[in-house]
Parts: sequence; C-alpha cells; structure tokens
Amino acid sequence: MSRQIVMPFGPQHPVLPEPIHLDLVLEDETVVDVIPSIGYIHRGLETLVEKRQFPEYVYIAERTCGICSFIHGMTYCQGIERVMGLEVPERAHYLRTIWSEYSRLHSHLLWLGLFADSMGFENLFMNAWKHREFVLDVMEETTGGRVIQGSCKVGGVRRDIDQDTLKRMNADLKGFEKGLKEMANVFLNDDSVASRLRGVGVLSRNDAYVCGAVGPTGRGSGVPIDARMTGYAAYGELGFSPVVEQDGDCYARCAVRVNELFSSIEIIRQSIDRIPGGEIEVKVKGNPEGEYFSRSEQPRGELVHYVKGNGTKYLARSRIRTPTLTNIPPLVKMLQGCELADVPVIVLSIDPCIGCMER
Amino acid sequence: MTYLKKSPWLLHYDASSCNGCDIEVLACLTPLYDVERFGIINTGNPKHADVFVVTGGVNEQNREVIRNIYEQMPEPKVVVAVGICAASGGVFRECSNISGGIDQLIPVDVYVPGCAARPESIIDGIVKSLEILEEKRIQMKERAKQKEQGRSPGGGER
Amino acid sequence: MKPENQELRVIDTAHLIGEVEDYRNKGYRLVNMSCTRAGEEFEISYSFELDLRFENIRIIIPLDADISSISGIYWGAFIYENEMHDLFGVHVRGMNIDFKGNLIRTTVPYSFRNPSFRGEGPCQDR
Repeated sequence: MSRQIVMPFGPQHPVLPEPIHLDLVLEDETVVDVIPSIGYIHRGLETLVEKRQFPEYVYIAERTCGICSFIHGMTYCQGIERVMGLEVPERAHYLRTIWSEYSRLHSHLLWLGLFADSMGFENLFMNAWKHREFVLDVMEETTGGRVIQGSCKVGGVRRDIDQDTLKRMNADLKGFEKGLKEMANVFLNDDSVASRLRGVGVLSRNDAYVCGAVGPTGRGSGVPIDARMTGYAAYGELGFSPVVEQDGDCYARCAVRVNELFSSIEIIRQSIDRIPGGEIEVKVKGNPEGEYFSRSEQPRGELVHYVKGNGTKYLARSRIRTPTLTNIPPLVKMLQGCELADVPVIVLSIDPCIGCMER
Repeated sequence: MTYLKKSPWLLHYDASSCNGCDIEVLACLTPLYDVERFGIINTGNPKHADVFVVTGGVNEQNREVIRNIYEQMPEPKVVVAVGICAASGGVFRECSNISGGIDQLIPVDVYVPGCAARPESIIDGIVKSLEILEEKRIQMKERAKQKEQGRSPGGGER
Repeated sequence: MKPENQELRVIDTAHLIGEVEDYRNKGYRLVNMSCTRAGEEFEISYSFELDLRFENIRIIIPLDADISSISGIYWGAFIYENEMHDLFGVHVRGMNIDFKGNLIRTTVPYSFRNPSFRGEGPCQDR
C-alpha cells in the first residue's frame, strides 16, 4: 500500500465563492476518503425566532441564503400559513410561482457560470452571467431587489405585477430563451466540456437514494425527487415533470440544470397565461399555534422549513433543513475514488450553498 | 478619479455572509458591470492582492482565517467591508455566533452599505478604496525615505 | 394549493431503530432529522418520504439522555446527527462518522440548547 497523506482543501479556495473545508485523504493522486468540516458561515439564525415576531422572521428566513432567498421566504410563509389556517389568494400563489422560477433561473445560471469557471472555461462563465443579468433585471423591476427580494409575506405577497408588465415579461422570455439555447449547446455538446465531465464523480442511483441526495444531484442519478410535485403554490395546476438524467456523473447533473432552465421558462409562461385576478394578500389575525414541515423545491433541491408556534407572537422553533446539508453525504461518496484534479469540479457539481447549509 | 495608475487586484472572502453580497461582488466582475475594464482582477492568492473585500459578519471559525489572510497581504493594503453584515452584523447582529462587523477584527477603510449591496455601490466603494490605497502607498514611501535618512518622525503617526 | 397531509407519530425511544428499519425496508428516504427543545425535554423528529407520502416519527427524551444513531440504516444520517450534537448537545451513540463536536464550531458550546444573544449595543462598543 502506498503512503497516505491528508491534504486540506479550502476554506479559502479560488474555485469556491464561499468557505468550506475538506480534508482529502490521498493515495498518490487518488482521493480515498473525505472529511468535510463546516461552520465557517454558521450564524445561528434559527435562534432568532426568540427575538423576532413571526411576521418579521420572514426577513431572517430570506437571508438564510442570498441566492434562493425568495424560496426561503416563501417556504417559511407557507409553513406559518398552514399552521394558522390562512387561505392565500390564488393570485399570490401564481406570483410566488413566477418569482420562484425566476429565482431558479438566476441560481442555475449562476451555478453554470461558476461550474464553467471550475473547468477553466472563462468565456462560458461570463456568458452565463451575462444571461443572468436579464433575470435580475426582471426581479428588480417587479420586486425592487436584485438578489434579496423581500416581496413575500405571511398571508400573501407584498407587491402585485400589473398585466402589462406580465405581458412584456412573457414576450421578453423569447429572446432570453434563444440566448440560453446557444449557451446550452456548449454545455451539452462541446467536446472539451464533455471530456471534463463525463464519467467524473459518479453517484449511483442506489447511493443517491440511501444518502438522501435531493434536487439536481439526485435527479442526475435517476432519482425523480422534485418537491414541486407536491403541488405547493400554483405548481399543482401547472403542467410540468421533473427533469431526470440517468448517468449520475457531473455531466448528468449539469444537463439536469441546463434542461431545468427551459422547464422553468415554460412554467413561467404557463403561470403568466393562467394567472387569475383578485387580491394578493389576506389579513393575518392571531398567532400561530401548532407545527408544520413546509416543503418546497429550491434550485439545489428540496427545502424543509419546520415551524412550531406556541400561540405567542414568537415561534417556539424554526428549523431550516437545506438541500446542501443533505447533499454533503452524497458528495463524500462521489469524491471517494476520484482524482485530485477533479475535486473542484465534483464539489461544485452538487451546487454547494454554504450559507444555506450552516445557517 | 479619472484614471487608475495601477492595476489593483482584489481578494474576496466570505465571512458568514448569506451569499447575497458575494454574488454581487462576483457580478461586478462579469460583463454588465465588468470591473476588469479598470484593470481590477479577482485573485485567490492573498500575496497578490491589494484590496481585501470582505462580506458578512465575523463568526468564531472565521476569525483566524480573516486575520491570516489580512496578515499575508503585502503592504500597502486596504479593506472594503461590503454589505451591512460586514459593517455591523446586520440582521444577524444578535446571533450568539456572530462577533459583529469586520472592524472588530481588522481595520476597515471603506464600508459599502446595502443588503445586499448593489454592484454599483460595490464598484463605488472599491474605487474609493483605491484612493486610500494610493495615499497609503505615498505614506509608506515617505516613511521608508525618512527611515533611510535616519530620522524618525517621532509622532507615531502611521 | 393543496396542503400536504403529514402524519406524525410519537413513538417510544426503544422502538426507534425498529421503526426506522421498517421505513428503510419499505423504500422510504430520510428527509430530515430535527431537534426541538420543549421545556426540559428534546423532541427529535425523523421525517421520511416515499412517492410524496410524508411521514414523521418523533421520540421525546430528557435533556441529558443519549440516543442511538440511525446512520447504520441511513448512511447519510451522520450529518444531521453531528449537527444535532454540536448545536443541542444531544449525545448520539454509534455514528458511522463521528466529528466529535467539530462539524460546526460555535462560540458558545451547544448554542441552541439555551439560546443566548449578543448585547444590542453598538458593535464598536466592546
């Protein structure tokens, strides 16, 4: 047996926008084991429920993560609404769906850019982020914020989008989709990208299921888990199906995300076509009492916000189970047996969001 | 400032930020905002960096990392705290694991407001920090000159 | 929107491993483990899902009790169990990967057990 050495990876590493630390146990160039250690971004924000009243905690929930902030806020609101038995107007559900899907577009484009960067494909990185600005412009126009929107509240949404704007958003999607198609062609059909990704970091279907992989990480391995199928917000009334790939390698995870871009655009189109008129919020009276596990699909996978109210303005407990936390065990499985030079690509292939993970 | 004499390099570190400011810092580098037109490059190596951009409040595990990175950067150097969390801890200021803003740990030259800070204000902040960097460089040269001449300024002014 | 039906059963601590094995054999996936402090007790909930059926089981233990790990059944459970240990100080016996309290390092040990907060004064005032 050759000699084993332990090599630290991170916390500050050029390929990572956020700090995560991995101890890689190496035998020559092969990784035999991985020990993740986290906590660089742990803030302890779940304890803030004791300091903030439940309607204010939405802002904290949104700031769990700046990338999928809207979906965090929405999932928390859904939990509280269920506990309090609030009937949110249909229009609010549709608006939430539209903003969720724009969040997904922005998150996936961000990831595709970073992923291209980790492969050393800088041109593609810039290209993905150029397209992302279109999504952020829509976000800013409709909610007022680029990455942290603050447009969701308990009982509905804070802002409406008028019909003219919706119409224009729908029309603008056409040009956006055209640009994405050109970019997707590079991700899916370019030789150098494929040679970097095919067969790298393979996660078998069984491992994915047992380790609890969710989102594109699971769907890339043929596990069709998609919390949107539970029909929260307006998803129950829209036609879509989860994007699934079978190979379980980095290429498959990348392909899932690329194809989800187009599925998101389709969902936005459907929502804009079907959005009903009417109110956008209901009045919130009383305090939450009871508990609920609110689930939703974040760009990175299934998100669970557990809320427990005790009849006062302050919740007894909020627990946020984020997809990246669940995807860490599958990441350990993927890295075992890979080559050292592939580590950055594999780590990025689960789309780690450390801010979410450690809260 | 009409033009830059030098090409300053940035080092970005995320100290328990929510990511919102981080992605906006990255957005500054990409085609729409493109700070590279000023010659500013994002580097991963502290020894290459002139400007240290920190997002988020300091937490326990980050203390050593931030101090290490700061000390590894060559003089002169400036620190830009991006976002309200880096200034004071922001919405997380009461969390037991947060020690407050970056200035609890290292001297900060420019604070960029916002949650999340917008790319325009980040660029503004960085450009402002470059003036400070230039001043610091002149002061450093001055000090070196005085040292060479064997005269200490005596006042203890840095 | 159709609200999801969520089953929640409180079970005896002694039956935990058996119940979890049952879920595993039926093909459920582990969604979440979460710990909540309720007075002088911890509520530990395990959530499972199969084909959009979402079920929870819960054990209630005293603050200083320890629980057995389910990481032998669901390999990935170690991440939740270590987190629970680091934040709440729940001792978990027999984890497949035990970080010994080093997964999340906090300023205050077991900071979620008795949440404390920093003073509200200005940050510069130390």
